[in-house]
Amino acid sequence: MSPMLQGAITIVIGVGGCIGYFYFANLILDKVIFPARGNDAGRNINRANAVRPWLFLFPAIFALGLYLVYPVVGSFIRSLYNRAGNEFIGFGNYANLIADETFRTAFFNNFLWVLVVPAMATFLGLLVAQLTDRLSWGNIAKSLIFMPMAISFVGASLIWKFVYANDPDIGIINAIRASMGMDSVDPMQIPFWNNFFLMVILIWIQTGFAMVILSAALRGIPEETVEAAIIDGANPFQVFFKIKVPQIMGTIVVVWTTITILVLKVFDIVYTMTGGNFGTEILPSYMMSFMFRDDGRATAVAFVIMLVVLPVMIWNIVQARKEMR
Amino acid sequence: MDNIAGTKSSLTWAVNISVVFLVVLWLIPTIGLLVSSFRDRDQISVSAWWQAPLPVEQAYRLRAEGDITRTGDLWVIEGNVFAASEMAEAFPEGTDHPPISAFGTTGRDPGAYAAGEEVPNRDGGTLVINEDGSYVFTTNEDPSERPPRLYVMAETPPEFTTANYDTVLGGDGMGQAFINTLTVTIPATVIPILIAAFAAYALAWMDFPGRGLLIAAVVGLLVVPLQLALVPLLSLHQQIGIGQSFVGIWLAHTGFGLPLAIYLLRNYMVGLPRDIIESAKVDGATDFQIFTKIILPLSFPALASFAIFQFLWTWNDLLVAKVFLPSSDESWVMTVRIADDLLGSRGGDWGILAAAAFVSIAVPLLVFFSMQRYLVRGLLAGSVK
Repeated sequence: MSPMLQGAITIVIGVGGCIGYFYFANLILDKVIFPARGNDAGRNINRANAVRPWLFLFPAIFALGLYLVYPVVGSFIRSLYNRAGNEFIGFGNYANLIADETFRTAFFNNFLWVLVVPAMATFLGLLVAQLTDRLSWGNIAKSLIFMPMAISFVGASLIWKFVYANDPDIGIINAIRASMGMDSVDPMQIPFWNNFFLMVILIWIQTGFAMVILSAALRGIPEETVEAAIIDGANPFQVFFKIKVPQIMGTIVVVWTTITILVLKVFDIVYTMTGGNFGTEILPSYMMSFMFRDDGRATAVAFVIMLVVLPVMIWNIVQARKEMR
Repeated sequence: MDNIAGTKSSLTWAVNISVVFLVVLWLIPTIGLLVSSFRDRDQISVSAWWQAPLPVEQAYRLRAEGDITRTGDLWVIEGNVFAASEMAEAFPEGTDHPPISAFGTTGRDPGAYAAGEEVPNRDGGTLVINEDGSYVFTTNEDPSERPPRLYVMAETPPEFTTANYDTVLGGDGMGQAFINTLTVTIPATVIPILIAAFAAYALAWMDFPGRGLLIAAVVGLLVVPLQLALVPLLSLHQQIGIGQSFVGIWLAHTGFGLPLAIYLLRNYMVGLPRDIIESAKVDGATDFQIFTKIILPLSFPALASFAIFQFLWTWNDLLVAKVFLPSSDESWVMTVRIADDLLGSRGGDWGILAAAAFVSIAVPLLVFFSMQRYLVRGLLAGSVK
């Protein structure tokens, strides 16, 4: 069976199955299990209404449990076993990781990524959002800077492979160097700094995201506060830093943490550009180097990523609970 | 909004210039890719993409197959380089020829001498090639069996072609990969929407114990790294007989997409006016009816924004495809094809790489520019509070 046909059938089964499940489950609940008839009519309606939310939620809870909750536990347990998965070795995989030079490099590089990418993307996003705010062609400018969001990390990496190419007839960086009489260099092979050249790619992608959200936040600032500051003689920079930025601080933090989480998960860029060579390994790409080869180590790395993400996750939950009250 | 207090014309100028600068900076990489993908292979190797509209100085190699005459001890070949068969492709007969700028006798240095100069050749005679292409080659060996090689440099007009796309879509398997990507993407976008919509409705408008806890759980699951799911789920898929297959990747994408879907849709549904829902309830509508007849149609913008997110995410995904799809030629999606195959086998072939990248980003760009409104709305619903 061709995958296309299989896909079409899956859509029909998936959508039909969903509608069928919800429709018939409701029908059975209302007509068969707790019918709104006879002596118990009132009690039955209440009972049916107590069950119904779980009927609506069941497929989602099942899928979430299986695909996101179980793996957290499953991965942790798997990470305590050896490569073949038949011998319990406690924290042996973790000990191996810490002893591995590459892991320490990856951890350090990831730390750099988390430090630089969210900061730069948020800063540039805020800058563009502010600059385009009152521009007549601001929306076009924003849409062009937003565009890389649609491009895959692999596609973006390829785009930047052109920019960074060694040959001055391909790579614009080396062309500029050549025009100044300097030799060609491969930016991907300059130790330490190559990490930053890789980060540029993700910053290029994420600035648009930060810009869109921060621009909406800037629009939401009450006009009176800005006007009052101007009447009091504030210059445009003071208005921006002392009036606008403090008012959108909450949104800035949200953008910052969202990008931070993304940074901890993206392996595509390093994988495509350097394959983790030249000291550019980061945790997600380091994990992929063990995938299919040593599940014990791979899950251990994944769990380390989870531990790093955990504080942000808790903070997110606390924020969400605060909003609901 | 012009002339409001606090804007100065000098500042407006600076703002305009810096925005132009930033936009250009952001666009240059993509434009480079687009231009390169349409350029002729030989031209890519001799001039940069930002010189694409300019003529290119290219080297040509040909055999001197002109008229041979014998004068004394010497054979003399006279002819015109543009008449040679090797030149016919770049300079078809009857068109204007560019002047020959330089020529040479070795492939190592095809532009060693200026046109019109008379220089010694390797066969003991002399060679001169003029700007109009006419040449005189003298030698003391009979050249009729193996005519000598000539090298000339000439300015070639810029040449744009779709040959790279033909190669990529045909022989390099991007056509098949494109279909595979589409096959992965569409069910993986459609299926989570309904599941999430019902759950979001329950979380937004139904009262039951544990609701707050569930919402918090969804928020927490939003950030669980996918990496954790790979090993346990792949072995689960193998145990239940799905293995690495399209069914497996659809299920995986559905699971991974659900937290965002539920979160976005719930946030949107909570904002719908309470009156509508309550009056429907008073009129005797069941929850199922309220959901299908009122909530679902009203939530269209949120459904659209999630659909776009999920579409872009599954289309652009590399990680899940690498793990949950079989690693074989016929089921590679485009990102895997580029990252694992083309970058290795076509590493130095920039035109091919550019065309492949553009094939893979064309659809997301189209979706992006036509549905940007929904995308932005979705982003805002997800983050701004």
